[in-house]
Amino acid sequence: MTQSIVVQVGQCGNQIGFRFWDLALREHSSLNKTGLYDDAVSSFFRNVDTRYSDPADIPVGHGLGKIKDLKARAVLIDMEEGVVNEIMKGPLRGVFDYKQLITDVSGAGNNWAIGHKMYGAKYKEEISETIRRAAELCDCLQCFFVIHSMGGGTGSGLGSFVLNLLHEEYPDIYRFVMAVYPSHEDDVITSPYNSVLAMRQLTDNADCVLPVENQALVDIVNKINQANPKLAERKSSRGHVKAGSAISTGDGGIVKGKDEKPFDSMNNIAANVLLNMTSSARFEGSLNVDLNEITMNLVPFPKMHYLVTSQTPLYSVSDVHIPPRRLDQMFSDAFSKDHQLIKADPKHSLYLACALMVRGKVEVSDIRRNIERLQSSLKFIHWNRDGWKTGLCNVAPVGQPYSLLTIANNTCVHHTFSGLRDRFVKLYKRKVMYVVYPWKNNSKHVSQHI
Amino acid sequence: MSVVTLQMGQCGNQVGGQFFNMIARDTFDQSLAKCNVPRQTNQQFIDDVCERFFSQEEGSLKARAVMVDMEPKVIAMTTTEAKRSGLFQYNNKQQFCQKCGSGNNWAHGFLVHGSKCSQQVMDLIQKEAEKCDRLEGFFTLMSLAGGTGSGLGAYITQCVRDEFPHSFIMNQVTWPFDTGEVIVQNYNAVLTLSHLYQSSDAILIVENDQEQKICSQLLNIKKISFSDINEVIGHKLASFLQPAKSNNLTSNHLGEMLEHLVPHPEYKLLTMKTIPFMSENNIQYSAYQWPGLVKHLTQMLIANASMEEGIDWGVKLSSTGLAYNKSMANSLFLRGLDVNTVDVSSFKDGRLYPSWLPSEACLASWTNQRTFNKYEKSASLVSNSQTPLISLNHVIDKAWSMFTSRAYVHQYIKHGLAEEDFLDSFACLEQVIKNYKDL
Repeated sequence: MTQSIVVQVGQCGNQIGFRFWDLALREHSSLNKTGLYDDAVSSFFRNVDTRYSDPADIPVGHGLGKIKDLKARAVLIDMEEGVVNEIMKGPLRGVFDYKQLITDVSGAGNNWAIGHKMYGAKYKEEISETIRRAAELCDCLQCFFVIHSMGGGTGSGLGSFVLNLLHEEYPDIYRFVMAVYPSHEDDVITSPYNSVLAMRQLTDNADCVLPVENQALVDIVNKINQANPKLAERKSSRGHVKAGSAISTGDGGIVKGKDEKPFDSMNNIAANVLLNMTSSARFEGSLNVDLNEITMNLVPFPKMHYLVTSQTPLYSVSDVHIPPRRLDQMFSDAFSKDHQLIKADPKHSLYLACALMVRGKVEVSDIRRNIERLQSSLKFIHWNRDGWKTGLCNVAPVGQPYSLLTIANNTCVHHTFSGLRDRFVKLYKRKVMYVVYPWKNNSKHVSQHI
Repeated sequence: MSVVTLQMGQCGNQVGGQFFNMIARDTFDQSLAKCNVPRQTNQQFIDDVCERFFSQEEGSLKARAVMVDMEPKVIAMTTTEAKRSGLFQYNNKQQFCQKCGSGNNWAHGFLVHGSKCSQQVMDLIQKEAEKCDRLEGFFTLMSLAGGTGSGLGAYITQCVRDEFPHSFIMNQVTWPFDTGEVIVQNYNAVLTLSHLYQSSDAILIVENDQEQKICSQLLNIKKISFSDINEVIGHKLASFLQPAKSNNLTSNHLGEMLEHLVPHPEYKLLTMKTIPFMSENNIQYSAYQWPGLVKHLTQMLIANASMEEGIDWGVKLSSTGLAYNKSMANSLFLRGLDVNTVDVSSFKDGRLYPSWLPSEACLASWTNQRTFNKYEKSASLVSNSQTPLISLNHVIDKAWSMFTSRAYVHQYIKHGLAEEDFLDSFACLEQVIKNYKDL
């Protein structure tokens, strides 16, 4: 079994990362009833013996050892201490080793140049050392997950620097990036600058980028809330959402309801994407899809590695008599524009490739049937007419009998990027905020990024 | 004469599990009354099967198999299922797995994993081969779409050919679903087949699409899972690999069968057709007779149908009219009651075969009075014919159109393959298609 390391950079990255670890613990605890440290748990967590001051790592061995104490395979980086301190004060503090944190005091001021050039140079050694330590504790490291935002300073600047570093030092390990792109009405004025400058790094250094837009997440959360009336008013009638089944809840996790923060439901959705993507690599199934298969099948040309994701179902209904049409409905929903994690409509654009990662009680005949049904309404590129990759994992996600994650290489991402470019050009023409980017002094450099 | 089975990759291991399960159930789990043979003959049959597929070790029956996969989950699942059946087990020492998969990349499986792991895998195969009193040959199970099964499978077949030049090697390849299981499946299929053509003696093609149709239309399974499909494949494989005797009482060893089926090294593609297939409930109510079965099977061969429903009866054996399926050689396996009374002359019709083939070489038939897998009478046809051409053409066309846009090629080049290798493979397969078309 292979291991993965999660590198969370910046406020956004750390908040999503925090939700990810909470949900991962929830998933493993609901499945692992015996408390044994097996291969599945070891892909994201280390088993440590905390009696030693430098907690000694306990390897998987025969998979029959009990879990003593779990530490996440994570590196938390932020240039201001607020977010990371909150995590370390909160209920998940036991999961993170203080040696895996890299923080500074003043922050990057929403400036890509400060994040990338200044902090990059300052912390290069420390970051490299921390990652190396985490990598050495892995038996067989397969990939890095880097989570960061594109609009801020630390996330985009230092995040892209870390990506660069990973590419240089570990060229054989896959780098999956979950990048949160700014929406149209973003509150950070310099976000277009930061995003475009970081994009260049992503295109060159990442194996796979999963863009996520805040606006899309907000819409999805609203959709779920509409179907899910408040706890007090819920009656046991049909059509109501089963508690804890929405992909935006953290029910059953360590963080209790009243401690949930406003962005948490949105971050849960993004965290669920990561969990579902790695589910086939961690758990057994009749058609396994490993992470390297995702890059192999969905990236036809090296630079075109921006993948649109969508998750269904958003929630499961508490109605016992679920009609079988629900399963087909799940497949149809996955291609509608309301379920995508960016504001885009894949149905009206060209598909280069599409992967369906199914979890739970779904059989290959159901998938075949739905592919045949949907094939006609989707446009695939001529040399990849049957560009489907399917994966079946036997283990269903927490709270739902089955789920589907679609990862597609679709040309609709260009809408997001051209919107970003337009905003960049608008600002750049007026040389707004230009003076704070002293390192970016030749326009040739900047135009390269466009 | 023993056969060593090599299970490569997720598909190979899953199919292998079902194949051994089918053999074990049919051989050990049948009551004598249902078998239609006297006790002594049955015992002889059981001994034959044990010698061919199993070895007695440490008090339990162990399958003569080597399991190879690049990640450990599937091998673990298959071994547990075998233990659970209680009829046979897999030998824990005859397993080889790594931590990291091949990522559906043929180049990764062939070049990277191949060179790294071939020594250890060959050691395991050597050990298994030495356990056999008389080694007949190797039976490899693999898929065409993935990375390990196809890439590493092709590499190991080459190694086995180098190491055991006098043994027969038959590769059972699973053709993926037409509408995509893996996006680069066409590349992987083209590369694998072209390499297997050089080192293997026979390539037995099994298509997922067809097996699924059998499951849904004949066996009436509503929610078809991969284990259902694999059970059908296991049934078909067991139906011709189980012991049987020909007219002059020679046994159907792998070598005998392949010598007949592959008379020319340019024609190695084999396909299987088995009838009848019906769900458990329907077996008791059916009353089929040999003439009916033979007629259906003949028409299935001529009209290129994969199952007994939906056969096109309009295709006839005449030079005018619709083109029919020409064969190079056919082997017929009949099992059950009254096998000696069956008239197989319809398979010997000269029009089915090319004119330069001598008439005695056309059909080999093998029979066994023992009933197979709860069917009173069952017939299986393994043919070397033009059946796989349609799918093969399809795959090559799709692979070529992807190749012209050079999509995904960088992933293969990253691991050491070159564009010339792709072109060579395309050329090799085009030649195969041409040979078959000219039959």
